[in-house]
Amino acid sequence: MMMIFGKPAPLLFGQLLLGIVNGSFYAMLSLGLAVIFGILNIINFAHGALFMVGAFSAYLLLHWFGIGYWPALVLGPLAVGLFGAAIERVLLRPIRGLDPLYGLLLTFGLAEVLEGVFTNRFGSSGVTYSVPRLLRGTRDLGFMYLPNYHAFVVVAAIVVCLATWLVIEKTRLGAVLRAATENPAIVQALGIDVPRLVTLTFAGGVALAALAGVLAAPMYSVNPGMGSSYISIVFAVVVIGGMGSIGGAVFTGFLLGVVEGFTKVFYPPGAATVAFVVMVLVLLLRPAGLFGRSR
Amino acid sequence: MGISRRTLITAAAAAATPLPRLAARAAAPTLKIGVLSDMSGPYRDIGGPTAVACVQQAIADFGDKGWTVDVVSGDHQNKPDVGTAIVARWYDREGVDLVIDCPNSAVGLAVANVAKEKNKAYINSNSASSLLTGKDCNANTIHWTYDTYMLGKSTGGAMVKAGGKTWFFITADYTFGHLLRDQTAMFVKAEGGKVLGNVNYPFPQTTDFSSYLVQAQASGAQVLGLANAGKDTVNSVKQAHEFGVNKKMRIAGLLVFLNDVHGMGLEIAQGLILTESFYWDMNDRTRAFTKRVLPRTPNNYPSMGQAGDYSGTLHFLKAVHDMGVPAAKKSGADIIARMKKIPTDDDAYGKAYIREDGRFMCPAYLFRVKTPAESKKPWDYYTLLGTTPAAEAFMSPKVEGCPLMKA
Repeated sequence: MMMIFGKPAPLLFGQLLLGIVNGSFYAMLSLGLAVIFGILNIINFAHGALFMVGAFSAYLLLHWFGIGYWPALVLGPLAVGLFGAAIERVLLRPIRGLDPLYGLLLTFGLAEVLEGVFTNRFGSSGVTYSVPRLLRGTRDLGFMYLPNYHAFVVVAAIVVCLATWLVIEKTRLGAVLRAATENPAIVQALGIDVPRLVTLTFAGGVALAALAGVLAAPMYSVNPGMGSSYISIVFAVVVIGGMGSIGGAVFTGFLLGVVEGFTKVFYPPGAATVAFVVMVLVLLLRPAGLFGRSR
Repeated sequence: MGISRRTLITAAAAAATPLPRLAARAAAPTLKIGVLSDMSGPYRDIGGPTAVACVQQAIADFGDKGWTVDVVSGDHQNKPDVGTAIVARWYDREGVDLVIDCPNSAVGLAVANVAKEKNKAYINSNSASSLLTGKDCNANTIHWTYDTYMLGKSTGGAMVKAGGKTWFFITADYTFGHLLRDQTAMFVKAEGGKVLGNVNYPFPQTTDFSSYLVQAQASGAQVLGLANAGKDTVNSVKQAHEFGVNKKMRIAGLLVFLNDVHGMGLEIAQGLILTESFYWDMNDRTRAFTKRVLPRTPNNYPSMGQAGDYSGTLHFLKAVHDMGVPAAKKSGADIIARMKKIPTDDDAYGKAYIREDGRFMCPAYLFRVKTPAESKKPWDYYTLLGTTPAAEAFMSPKVEGCPLMKA
């Protein structure tokens, strides 16, 4: 058997692939976070909790209304996105213009409330959600078995990231959004409803988190703590990628997934900290992040 | 109104620090029991509110003997410093006489020291570490329900005898995981088996086990030993199925509770071999107990740790009644000594006794998880495979090195 650094090559291929699968979630979550942060200047601490709510939305749609996975992929993010719009209107708007730390504290509190409510109702081990019939089964790749669903998640993540990037960089809507970030007063003077734009953007970012949640539901047990285990890594991704840079967030998401995958072979106990080691190194060498412009 | 990078990094650091949560209420009763548990984290379903419900059920079943018993509860968040701070406050200022439950071995061992220092009573019914009755034993502590030695012997020994000779371990990287892995490995080797590999994963941050599962599969071992508990076990078994690990390896859940099986669903949990010292559907007495306690915990059936809370509380109350409340309140060690003198008898655990080192001596039951077709009613999950008698299930007091046994 071929060996690389004293480990069998098939094992490392397997880790590379799994790293990309995990990276898909990092990429999708940091994407939403980067959109909200880059365009609205809000540090959304509730992002992980909304990811969790997204996963539960798939479960609840099935158990309350008998709605399956494929419609849930659209309806879940839509419902949670509406909830996000309500959060923006009711909670975030009154503190807009204040120090961003207020928004941070508010969303942090909101995350705690959401987790508490779901823990109270569903317990901490959570509930299970089956893989849709079409995507069941595993594929023998020679070096490992890959569940079909995992392959689907990678493809879905790439499509979602690409689409988001296109909307923001290449469409008129994206151009208006970016302009509103640079100078809201002038954009407003040109007859564009900026507050509504802000609500829509926040809802869109939240819907992205919820979509990641629905995609995650069949893979992991759907539990109230599932978001909090992602949120600090995802913050690291955004910082490494360059704050507010959408391409940077996506690239770094996948990169960190792979780095973490290899760490799990060479030094498993370090898997939880390696993202932060990378963050420290990047900040020392490129303080604005990999793709960021210094402010 | 720009946000500096510093702000964002500070925010990321804060994300790792959950807010302290506390649930306690104050009153002035004659006797007070504090349920210390994980109320918000990975072990909530195996302790948590159901543990409180079981303690309250024991008090109700004991009946009115002319003195009242009050219950308080607290969340240790799986942190020894948080747990010991709550217990010290309970013992010193709030008049708590007994602390009970306490999943998580790191917290469980730390609380035993506080109980000894303050001379109060402590029943641990939900930690696994066999050190509680080994070198860290003391006269104020009783270890109810189960320990790492019993789990390793019952599940590990049975798997090797059934032909699973080579093992790979996935281990939660803290005191409990290490001990469970080492003691299971000891029985595997004693029966002529071999350990081919092991990975320690970060606890409690890990939710994705796929990497470790692929490594386990690459090792070529016949048995995958999961030296973890709670939500971690649920996730690892679920993902083992997705990656086809269960086709090539047999999975030994070294510490699996009924609530975990419920969380996995039978579709995934079926065929799992595990050990518990209590199952609600064992006999008429366990069924009667479960029927009584369920209205207090409608969505979560009690598993062994919580049944241990019931059994332990009931026995504690009997001992207090035996010696009189004023004498009992004076010294925790005296109550514990009295509890060791009288044999135990309750609906959850039947007749049993407590050994001099503080070990509650109950049989260990080896179960196989039913298939969805075999399961006829809600929470109908286990088939009994075998029983290890109490005297064999736990480590011999000569070997474990508890200082109390030398006296």
